[in-house]
Amino acid sequence: MRLFTTSGNLKRVLQGSAMGFVAAFTLASCSGQGAKSEARVANAPAAKAAKVSLSNEPDAEAGPRRLRLMTQEQYLNTLSYVFGPDIKPETHFAPVQRTDGLLANGTAKAGVTDSQLELFQKTAALVAGMVVKPERRDFLIMCKPADEKAADKACAGKFLADIGRLLYRQPMKPAKVNELVEQASASADKLKDFYAGLAVALEAMLVSPNVLYIAETSEPDPKHPGHQRLDAYSLASRLSFFLWNAAPDDAMLKAAESGEILTDKGKAKIVNMMLASPRLETGMRAFFDDMFAFDDFNNLAKDPMVYPSFTGVTTGDAREQTLRTVIDQLITKNRDYRDLYTSRETFMSPALAALYRLPSTRTWTPYEFPADSPRAGLLTQISFLAVHSHPGRSSPTLRGKALREVLLCQPVPRPPANVDFSIVNNPNSSYKTQRDRVLAHRSNPVCAGCHKITDPMGLALENFDGAGRFRDNEKGNPIDASGSLDGKDFKDAVGLGQALHDHPALTSCLVKRVFAYGTGGVSKSDETLKWVNTRFSEQGYRLPDLLRTITLSRAFADVSEDAPAQAPVKSASADTAAATSK
Amino acid sequence: MINGLNRRRVLRGMLNGSAVTVGLPLLNVFLNGNGTALADGRAMPVRFGTWFWGLGMTKSIFVPKKVGANWEITEEMESLKGIQKHINVLTNFTAFRDTYENLCHYTGWIIGRTGIAPSNQTDKPGETLDVTVANQIGRTTRFKTLTATATGDVRSTFSYENANSPNSPEFSPVAFYTRLFGPDFQDPNAPSFTPNPKIMVRKSALSGVMDEVKELNAKIGADDRARLDQYFTGLRHLERQFEQQLTKPEPIASCVAPKALKEDPRLGGEAAQIAERHKLMTDLMVMAVACDQTRVFNMSYSNSSSNTTKAGYEKPHHTCTHEERVDDALGYQPTASWFTRRSMESWAYFVDAFTKVKEGDGTLLDNVLIYANSDHGYARVHSLDGMAMFTAGRAGGKIKTGLHIDGAGTAGTRLGLTCMRTMGLDLPSWGTKSNNTSKDVSEILA
Repeated sequence: MRLFTTSGNLKRVLQGSAMGFVAAFTLASCSGQGAKSEARVANAPAAKAAKVSLSNEPDAEAGPRRLRLMTQEQYLNTLSYVFGPDIKPETHFAPVQRTDGLLANGTAKAGVTDSQLELFQKTAALVAGMVVKPERRDFLIMCKPADEKAADKACAGKFLADIGRLLYRQPMKPAKVNELVEQASASADKLKDFYAGLAVALEAMLVSPNVLYIAETSEPDPKHPGHQRLDAYSLASRLSFFLWNAAPDDAMLKAAESGEILTDKGKAKIVNMMLASPRLETGMRAFFDDMFAFDDFNNLAKDPMVYPSFTGVTTGDAREQTLRTVIDQLITKNRDYRDLYTSRETFMSPALAALYRLPSTRTWTPYEFPADSPRAGLLTQISFLAVHSHPGRSSPTLRGKALREVLLCQPVPRPPANVDFSIVNNPNSSYKTQRDRVLAHRSNPVCAGCHKITDPMGLALENFDGAGRFRDNEKGNPIDASGSLDGKDFKDAVGLGQALHDHPALTSCLVKRVFAYGTGGVSKSDETLKWVNTRFSEQGYRLPDLLRTITLSRAFADVSEDAPAQAPVKSASADTAAATSK
Repeated sequence: MINGLNRRRVLRGMLNGSAVTVGLPLLNVFLNGNGTALADGRAMPVRFGTWFWGLGMTKSIFVPKKVGANWEITEEMESLKGIQKHINVLTNFTAFRDTYENLCHYTGWIIGRTGIAPSNQTDKPGETLDVTVANQIGRTTRFKTLTATATGDVRSTFSYENANSPNSPEFSPVAFYTRLFGPDFQDPNAPSFTPNPKIMVRKSALSGVMDEVKELNAKIGADDRARLDQYFTGLRHLERQFEQQLTKPEPIASCVAPKALKEDPRLGGEAAQIAERHKLMTDLMVMAVACDQTRVFNMSYSNSSSNTTKAGYEKPHHTCTHEERVDDALGYQPTASWFTRRSMESWAYFVDAFTKVKEGDGTLLDNVLIYANSDHGYARVHSLDGMAMFTAGRAGGKIKTGLHIDGAGTAGTRLGLTCMRTMGLDLPSWGTKSNNTSKDVSEILA
């Protein structure tokens, strides 16, 4: 069996500039008072920033052990790493519910319906069929049966134990291997085909709850009596699904088997190996795709009468452009996270070049917007501009809302149900531009509360239409793209990017999201997040350093004892059952 | 217990602690001479479906003045003329939010489908009524329930097993076709039948997986055990599907597998695209019901805050309901109403499609009950009163049709309760707090 290697070269640039730590910033409500800032900027100069190391991690309330449903990407990545990149079954797992800003958090609560399990089974059958195909079996199954038309327990046992260890993410119990071998043998005899029998056993493994659910288990922490920590295999899985978006590889499982992963030195070695692996790119793409809510792209379509050049290819490329930019800046070049919002460096595809009004390229090409370009940073990329617009026009409100919620972790209250739209409905009003229209909302105190939170920064992006194309006028009326973000004024989108770059909540939001993504839910400890954020600041807001801090922290591996079960929600089915059983 | 079921037997037993009647598949060979009932005198199985459209309607041009039979066709319901005799229109019902805030485009449909007012935007306070019905009647068919959407968005669903288990909709006609009528479809009218030995071994392999569920259950927290219980139920469902594939199906005269779909319509939310996707999904769904692949089905035409667009019009439906002014001369929002009319055209198509399939001496629609609702009454102001709903079909003669019912402001949950009771559920009441009701919409009961 071929195991795909995880080693790779990642140039890391360590540097130590630091920003002062910034505490949480929340939007309390649509009170009519605009954004209520609770931001506290420590304003500590870099040289004076408090020294924080892993040894001074604050004590914190441990999070729960999770039972997470594997995502489609995690499933496919795992198959690809175990069996090779050409094992790519066409499948569509059901989406999970976005929870606290991330789909990843939703996997810790997601159930599996009958129809989902039916899909899992169909996908498993497809995969098993691919693996045992004549053209693959010779290098995926490293033994040959004595007779291809009959059972061969020895060969089946070797294959199932090896593969099972990778799929189950821990060594298979002998009894389970025996059971699968018996199943493969009985099936082979029945079907008169060794490989068909083996496929049936593999198929059963692939619908196992031990494979599709990532169930964490714990053990007493010898360094902290009375506390629980993830056991070695659960820690390996938590690390791997976090950093690689796939199951642990052979090396990680070996480190779990030997217990090395539970030692400080061993864990650090594993984490460094993971951060240096090319799989980190896959993992971080998955994280940012989730954090940026790029699942919205799956249903993004523009009115072709208004935006004829915005096609299905455009949507795919817009998503890809941002992800390429993120990986290039944060991993390949190890840049400051905040620079994502000011950098002019990106990549261009042929379809995007048309929307950006640039000379066409033949394929994906690195591109840097010139210094006088109105575009700088992710906010001016088509992904952000088009997703947060209407099908036929731009939307300062949707863009401002996304900036608050996605990038600053500041939920914007929903509009009141009894909102009065009479101002914008007024037939005598003459709104030449979007600015005029949204400003009209703000003349109504009920509307103003929320619109003050979203519109001043959304309006700075008005130089870009609903498809993300640049414009300097709206129906012949010049566009005023000035705006402000929590006290910082600017004249255009480039200024907005800089204001966002300097905004204290930008980095604390990333810390909050990364920590939740890695552990399966929002941290209960503000102190822990504050500590991580301080380290992030000290290390110059470098993503690999942030990932290292989080994965090596105690908070990452500490888990709590189980909480008592919550009372189940009463259902009409239960009512009926009770009534009919009387 | 479930292992013993097969399509040609009627069992009465216990499933999850509740008494369950396992109905026969609809086989014309078992019909009586008049085609109105099964040969042994029992009624034909009644199937249940839901349909959803977003953003309600405009009272002045939607609600008929006449209550009862022979109600006048109104402007927004003009396209329903052809199906008027097959439907009931119910107006002036209320979704009570009680102490919770009016969660725009959410509270209304959640109450309509679960009977409970949600406390926040992510709160799914229980199973939806289609699931309740499916738990009662959906365990014998290939699919317990089928859910589809015309929006093209896999997130558009109004069916939940519980808060964390949405029934994800089929959104691609090609994928829906493949799931229903692809290689795993057993044509009940095929001249020959050979059990597939691979299915036999596949089915046998599931028992080991079920044992793993039990083992895992012992290792996880109490709150997660319900999720594994659900997983176990899903494995049972798979086992049953395999069993059915090993059993020769009885012929069903009305079951004709449609021609294979090769290409999905282009992704997009423009009303004509939605209508086309809705038509494709409806045709597949109707034949799935006719072929007794499921007895519970859900279709959504749009999202609750519908983002359907009109070609060349810059605002989607939802924004239009808020930002379009009421035309002085017409007295309503013309474009918002244009969107509602498109919804009603698709509703008409949906209902009519069930009449195209002959069943017994009537049509499939005679043995179907469809419940249709929306998220608001008047979407412009997010109203939860003055809400409109529909039923379609006669539920095997249990429901009268062609009526306009004025709910006089009473709880809309009355219709959900009526539907569930009609489908055989023994429910003393349904809903919580102000939405709790024990009162049917008796006018529509035959």
